[in-house]
Amino acid sequence: MIILRHLWIIPLLPLLGAAVNGLLGKHWPRRVINAVALGTTGLSFAATLELVREFRHLSPDQVPWVQSYFTWMVAGNFRAGFDLQVDQLTVVMLLVVTGVGWIIHIYSTGYMAHEGGYFRFFAYLNLFMFFMLILVMAANYALLFVGWEGVGLCSYLLIGFYFLKQSAVVAGKKAFVVNRIGDFGFLLGMFLIFWSFGTLDFQPVFAQVAAMPAEAFGQVGLIAGIALLLLAGACGKSAQVPLYVWLPDAMEGPTPVSALIHAATMVAAGVYVVARSHVIFIHSPTALVVVAVLGAVTALYAATIALTQTDIKRVLAYSTISQLGYMFLACGVGAFAAGIFHLMTHAFFKALLFLAAGSVIHALGGLQEMPQMGGLRKKIPWTYWTMLMGTLAIAGAPFFSGFFSKDLILFQSFASPFGNTVLWALGIVTALLTSFYMFRLIFLTFFGQPRYDQHAVHVHESPLNMIAPLVVLALLAVGGGWMAAPALWGGTDHFEEYLAPVFEPSQAVVEQATLGQVESSLHDVALEHALMYAAIAAAIAGFLAAWFFYVRRPRIPDRLAENLRLLYSLLRNKYYVDEIYDSTFVRPLNWISGRVLWQVVDARAIDGSVNGLAQAAQRFGQEARRLQSGNARSYAAWVVLGALAFTSLLLWIAVR
Amino acid sequence: MVPIVYYVVLSAVLFGLGVLGFLFKRNIITMFMAIELMLNAVNLAFVAFSRMLGQLQGQVYVFFVIVVAAAEAAVGLAIILLIARNRESLNIERVNLLKL
Repeated sequence: MIILRHLWIIPLLPLLGAAVNGLLGKHWPRRVINAVALGTTGLSFAATLELVREFRHLSPDQVPWVQSYFTWMVAGNFRAGFDLQVDQLTVVMLLVVTGVGWIIHIYSTGYMAHEGGYFRFFAYLNLFMFFMLILVMAANYALLFVGWEGVGLCSYLLIGFYFLKQSAVVAGKKAFVVNRIGDFGFLLGMFLIFWSFGTLDFQPVFAQVAAMPAEAFGQVGLIAGIALLLLAGACGKSAQVPLYVWLPDAMEGPTPVSALIHAATMVAAGVYVVARSHVIFIHSPTALVVVAVLGAVTALYAATIALTQTDIKRVLAYSTISQLGYMFLACGVGAFAAGIFHLMTHAFFKALLFLAAGSVIHALGGLQEMPQMGGLRKKIPWTYWTMLMGTLAIAGAPFFSGFFSKDLILFQSFASPFGNTVLWALGIVTALLTSFYMFRLIFLTFFGQPRYDQHAVHVHESPLNMIAPLVVLALLAVGGGWMAAPALWGGTDHFEEYLAPVFEPSQAVVEQATLGQVESSLHDVALEHALMYAAIAAAIAGFLAAWFFYVRRPRIPDRLAENLRLLYSLLRNKYYVDEIYDSTFVRPLNWISGRVLWQVVDARAIDGSVNGLAQAAQRFGQEARRLQSGNARSYAAWVVLGALAFTSLLLWIAVR
Repeated sequence: MVPIVYYVVLSAVLFGLGVLGFLFKRNIITMFMAIELMLNAVNLAFVAFSRMLGQLQGQVYVFFVIVVAAAEAAVGLAIILLIARNRESLNIERVNLLKL
């Protein structure tokens, strides 16, 4: 019961590490910095494992387990406390954040070994862990928002880690600004929740929402409003259309950061918030449809962009956006457990892929362009094999972790009462594209002839502290989904079963929606198998296409690009979305702030009024100094005049 | 018994003379005496009203005024003495160091 009583230990350990390293670590040797950073996060992971053990002994009515530590702020009826909560969803998120986070910390000690600002890097990384843990453990929206903003801050700091590089600084700023747009929606959502329910604590809010009748489809009432505003925040953080633009640019940060923040944990925050607020979303079919459509469109859209990118990290960035789209799709069809399941498996294999990509970049001395790689299979076998595992997992190869979660999402998007064929079709096409671009990445990087300058680049396998995390993550990427395996044969999905108490209220709504149908397809094993074979077929088709294009006939892609020039340049330039945003939002805003706000409002109105007041005071003083003549008799005259005036006033008042 | 009006008018006349003297005389000592005249005009009004209303406060105030006037005379005469030594004149117009 130690950890259950003292939940604060888990988030505060990384904060301690961040404070010690950040404030004192500047001149410390790297060994000490490593010990502090790895020690605190490792202890946090150990505390999480202990928490999982203790959590099993709680009786169902003790969950969610909420601990109040102190009152953070009070204003009128409003109270926000430093309250931490644990339920099954939190447990899963905690394991992902501390576990994957710790592995990435270990990897970073190898990857960052030759970089400057070592203590700063680990301080930021630990600080990020702290905020992420606050985010997933918070028991009210206010505290959740602290973590929410905190991870945004750390993301900004870490993207701009190489602060001498112009592009990194710009990317950091972009990430921050785009996230702020989403945060604005999230804040409004929070205000709306407090305005209508009088509290921000999860339990009372969800209880009140659950007691309300579900809104009709197409109706945009209070609940839909809250859900859509929260969704705006989730879109910003989880890089969904239209607020995804920051994530590809975030690749300017060091690779472990890409793995930890922009693949495994922070970007999952949006999905987590949607899943955490599942009661709100399930009560508004309108909002659900928006979530599902956004997710499906994002998944397909990002996958098409990933087809033509040549920077190895950018391909992975777009695949992250695409996979996050899957998670939103799952939440949008009411399959929150499936979304969280994919979140978890995705954290494993995407962290693996990014770290392996980092290992490739490390081996090639900083080279990131895939057209200049090739033939690395034999030279860095460990990286190759682990990355292949990650690729198989994300492509949905049978019995790899990604296969189970993606299969579940596709099945739910088809069979759930909120799903339909279109959503499923978008999902399956995305699955095909995913398989294609991931194997394209593998073939371009590891197969064929070396295209880099073999005299200039000394290819070397990464050190043990980088390989070991890869191996651990590869094992997780392969086996991380097996608890869902029995579902394929009509058994129980252990993951879904574990999360069931959390999603029970919304599951009831889903069940109710299926009651009207003649026959529920949710438990149709034959249908599930059919959809599963379709998904496998899509994955294999993607693999074969990639093999044909990039191994068998490597000249075809160039010729295709030549013939479909328009389409190719459209995809290559990411649908020109950055340019469109630049001309529709950024430039007009720059113009307004420069020409109007600065030169007119600030320079004329604000400066003008302040300076004008000062000048008026000065001029008045120039006139008034004549009164101070220094002549004693004139002072005497003034005194008498004043007394006379005052007496007259008194007389006038008295007479009146 | 003399009506209150007489006292008040006398007091006002004395006060007015004091004001005029203060304004129009140039000799500092004369101005100082004009101030004393104004103070005593006020004292007269105090005593008269005190007597009329049968209350003691007015008479107590008179003592305060006399004490303040004495203190003022001590300080004021010292200042005047210094001015006379430094300027070799008692003309107020020549005490104008603070002038623009």
